[in-house]
Amino acid sequence: MVTTAQVWSYLEEVSDPEIPVLTIVDLGVVRDVQVTSSNCHVVITPTYSGCPAMKMIEEQIIEKLTEKGIDSCSVELVLAPAWTTDWLTESGKEKLRTYGIAPPEHEPDKSVLFAEPIKVPCPRCATKNTRMISQFGSTACKAQYQCNECLEPFDYFKCLK
Amino acid sequence: MTALFEYTLRIGDDSLILGQRLSEWCGHGPILEEDIALTNIALDLIGQATTLLNYAGECEGKGRDGDALAFLRFDREYKNLLLLEQPNGDFGSTIMRQFLFDAFRKPYFEALQKSTDSTLAAIAEKSLKETRYHLKHSSEWVIRLGDGTEESHNRVQEALDDLWRYTDELFFEDEIDQELIQLGIAPAMDTIRTIWYQTVTGIFEEATLKIPTNNWKYAGGRKGMHSEHLGYMLAEMQYMQRSYPNMEW
Repeated sequence: MVTTAQVWSYLEEVSDPEIPVLTIVDLGVVRDVQVTSSNCHVVITPTYSGCPAMKMIEEQIIEKLTEKGIDSCSVELVLAPAWTTDWLTESGKEKLRTYGIAPPEHEPDKSVLFAEPIKVPCPRCATKNTRMISQFGSTACKAQYQCNECLEPFDYFKCLK
Repeated sequence: MTALFEYTLRIGDDSLILGQRLSEWCGHGPILEEDIALTNIALDLIGQATTLLNYAGECEGKGRDGDALAFLRFDREYKNLLLLEQPNGDFGSTIMRQFLFDAFRKPYFEALQKSTDSTLAAIAEKSLKETRYHLKHSSEWVIRLGDGTEESHNRVQEALDDLWRYTDELFFEDEIDQELIQLGIAPAMDTIRTIWYQTVTGIFEEATLKIPTNNWKYAGGRKGMHSEHLGYMLAEMQYMQRSYPNMEW
């Protein structure tokens, strides 16, 4: 019989459809794995309410586990406790940076109006001399930034707490 | 439980109808960044609507899921606030509608997080994190437009004059709310109204905008009595499911 640890390692082969450099384990959307003699149950949580990738992630999990010879598996979506960027693993953050997406920094940019946006280091040249273009980016989880020195526009995986 | 179904349907419809309205901006935003921002917010709202309407369907127990509720009801069966079905107008008008609602939704979700219904509490906890970003976005734009040029000030003031009459309905309470407030499922509206009022008056002061003195108030959405705008919107939204039942892509 397959062990829980094996299932976790299989899930590390499933990548996020929007950010393929991250696995769903790096992203912290896998909450639990329950293996019984008759079934393998995986519990996942969405990053944002409207994240269009969730359905695809669910299908990819079932596909992967089936490919590994697990015949009976199910995926459950839970909302609580709500996902925050703290669920992103350290290795996940490093992978994001290498891929060209700045990983989340410190605190969410939320309270003070017109506050100086969080200083996000450029994932290419590492300078902190960057500026926010928009709080909303190409996917729900990202903001748009631009580097003032190398001029590269880049995505920032924004902090959610 | 009937009351829980009706209550969840109301807040689910709020997210659905505003999400659909905002998505009309896709490809029409005044600048690329705002096109993306408005549709991102629409996506969050549609996501909330999916979860809320699926849960409403479960509470009802008649086999209707979120899709059936979203696409296969008639206008009188929608229970959203009148404010949210109002046409987009110009960018200032869309931002004003959004701000009046975001300023309500934030304290509402904060309170709903403490609901004795664990599903509603979880949805509130998740949605609150998104709503904070929405409110910051709409607040900053209200100030920027209100305290901007004469043209932007006049347009956003006109939007406020036009939309203010729908804000009393945000705090609508009837026997359904009362029943759920008793059970600790729904939050009472009085505290939320106070917080909302502080938020909007604070922002309007910075934005040099004036709250209209005309106190005529509209309501009816929670009972399915809508403005003429909802029907047109539903016609477009439901077209595919009505013409090709059960179609998927």
